[in-house]
Amino acid sequence: MKLFGNKENREEGKNGKASGLIERLKQGLSKTRSGLAGKLDQLVFGKKQIDDAILDELEEILFTADLGVRTTQELIDLVQSAVARKELNHPEKLKDILKENMRSFLHLPRIEHQRPKPGEPLIIMVIGVNGVGKTTTIGKAAHRFRNEGKKVMLIAADTFRAAAVEQLTIWGERVGAEVIKQDTGADPSAVVFDGISAALSRKADVVIIDTAGRLHTKVNLMEELEKVRRVVNGRLDGAPHEIWLILDATTGQNAISQAELFHKALGVTDIVLTKLDGTAKGGIVVGLCHQLGLPVRFIGIGEKMDDLRSFDAQEFVNAIFD
Amino acid sequence: MFESLSEKLNTTFKKLTGRGRLSEENIGEALKEVRLALLEADVNYRIVKKLIEEIRRRAVGVDVLESLTPGQQVIKIVNEELTRLMGETRADLQLVGKTPFVLMLVGLQGSGKTTTAGKLAQHLQGQGRSPYLVPADIYRPAAIEQLKKLGIQLDVPVYPGDSQTKPEAICRDALSRAGSVGADVLILDTAGRLHIDDALMSELERIKEQTNPTEILLVADAMTGQDAVNMAEQFNRRLDITGIILSKMEGDARGGAALSIKEVTGKPIKFVGVGEKLDAIEPFFPDRMASRILGMGDVVSLIEKAQQEFDEKEAVKLEKRLRKREFNLEDFQTHLKQMKKLGSLEQIVGMLPGIGQFKQLKKLKPDEKGLIRIEAIINSMTVQERQNHKILNASRRKRIARGSGSNVQDVNRLLKNFIQTKKIVENLARKGYQNMPSIFH
Repeated sequence: MKLFGNKENREEGKNGKASGLIERLKQGLSKTRSGLAGKLDQLVFGKKQIDDAILDELEEILFTADLGVRTTQELIDLVQSAVARKELNHPEKLKDILKENMRSFLHLPRIEHQRPKPGEPLIIMVIGVNGVGKTTTIGKAAHRFRNEGKKVMLIAADTFRAAAVEQLTIWGERVGAEVIKQDTGADPSAVVFDGISAALSRKADVVIIDTAGRLHTKVNLMEELEKVRRVVNGRLDGAPHEIWLILDATTGQNAISQAELFHKALGVTDIVLTKLDGTAKGGIVVGLCHQLGLPVRFIGIGEKMDDLRSFDAQEFVNAIFD
Repeated sequence: MFESLSEKLNTTFKKLTGRGRLSEENIGEALKEVRLALLEADVNYRIVKKLIEEIRRRAVGVDVLESLTPGQQVIKIVNEELTRLMGETRADLQLVGKTPFVLMLVGLQGSGKTTTAGKLAQHLQGQGRSPYLVPADIYRPAAIEQLKKLGIQLDVPVYPGDSQTKPEAICRDALSRAGSVGADVLILDTAGRLHIDDALMSELERIKEQTNPTEILLVADAMTGQDAVNMAEQFNRRLDITGIILSKMEGDARGGAALSIKEVTGKPIKFVGVGEKLDAIEPFFPDRMASRILGMGDVVSLIEKAQQEFDEKEAVKLEKRLRKREFNLEDFQTHLKQMKKLGSLEQIVGMLPGIGQFKQLKKLKPDEKGLIRIEAIINSMTVQERQNHKILNASRRKRIARGSGSNVQDVNRLLKNFIQTKKIVENLARKGYQNMPSIFH
């Protein structure tokens, strides 16, 4: 199987501070790009018409990018019907039609949600399954808010996993955000209640709540999360204002199930896609956005503080295809 | 979430009335469904392609077994093939030779290495071993702290590492200290890393070189998508891993990555992680995993059981009566006897083709012990009573209860159960029984 390792790009990305956002995004997605677009170019090169062989290859490309059965079939159907209507008669145009459709799947308005009242902090709750990178994402997000001159406080509500509190504390020190915590094993709702009280009295601008990772299928743990949200809401009306669901780009079709169940339980406002710096193509978000209408807000493209980037559908698709 | 493959196949095979032999034509549709099921389960695209060709090659020309429908026959072949690919028998840790043994855990970030290290430590403790946990992740904040805490929970010694020392030095020093802490198995918890991160992959090679591990285990998230092949291939190429541990199997992921990883590395899957608690680790069973990827529970093994154990003559008799819409307590008893050989009613019901539409049947769940009592009760009835349950008045019920060593409530419950079953079965027979592929053939 072909490898997409592209070390030069990665190194450049790590050192080149001045590089623009689009460049960074492209570098982070370089594997995605060389995978998908490279294969597509190879595929259409020198061909005069769209035949079954092209469609088969196209299907492979989409599947291996984790787009999933439903989205892949839909895209293939779109291509086929365009061919039937004679709108698509040259293989070269294949890329355009795919690009256009993927972009329209990904381009979603932000979900309407409560804004903090004047003088009150923005409260963000971060949720997801185990090991997707919640704590790391919170560290990076805190860094972003700090760069905007905000006073950021972090609440360590993952009181289950050993040393999760310590991990968040280290991130807090790194980025200059106070961490509100209790001991491992404490009731997360109690931690959150005290944390919000502290944030209010200390006039924080942004509060980010780190919750314990849990599989979306565990009913009691999902209920615990709902309780945390109720407690937040009870302490500050309208909060939490944003609920970020963290998804791992290497995850396959299960990401859809994760998003569905977390959304059903808590009402997700934003998706953050992490670990896009590997060879995983993150294609799962195309289907995810399309099927659930949940917009992607940020992508994680590395382990460094500033490796959290705004997601932009246009740029994402361009970076894949250009 | 997903319609199960067996349900899909039943729909596909509804159209298929011709029986006898599987042909290129009649399995085409079925294989399409199998293919989609595998892709939905995140089995790598290329592996799916290969697999489908192999199955096609094996299936064409196969005689459909007497007791199976063509759909079941295809599932059987698919399942055999998947189980074969998955490793057939279960593989354990190979701890032979000179102590101390070294188990080295490697994998991507967030795959669950540290938790798995704790679980393995407990598992080994249970086998009378003395594990030694070695924190070799100096990058993730508080990773060392996490392992130390797990060590305290388990009362297992943890090497006192710090994030200023190089991982290979930590591991080497830990190995030299193993004797002094009385340990015979070291568990090296390495940092999560991307398989394309050359510098960090070299670090693993150095750790391997300096500690000469007995086992190098790749910890992989069961929810991984198509990229599982690249990841596994790289770890295996650089380190020549000895086995795989699949984590986070307690969720609803179908776990096709397991098949991909096994296929590209050729290394056995040794354990699965099924929860966050430290005892949530289990041996890996290839046949169960095959069924899970296909999304059909243990139906396959039931199909096989059915083949061996279903008493054909009894079944034909029962079916004839069903067609006449007669179902009495004698039939019920025969039915229960068959069931005892086969497994629980729930499983049997799940195995009946087209049962999706008869959800109410699934609710009837006599427990296995209950079956013995039910039999005793029916045995205490007269032939007349068995043929016509309506004559069972209060005094007859009392007599039956005494005779079978149960009480009247038990008898009443059985009758209620029987009447329900009778209704459903007769209803089933009325509503186009012909359309329903029979398992009684």
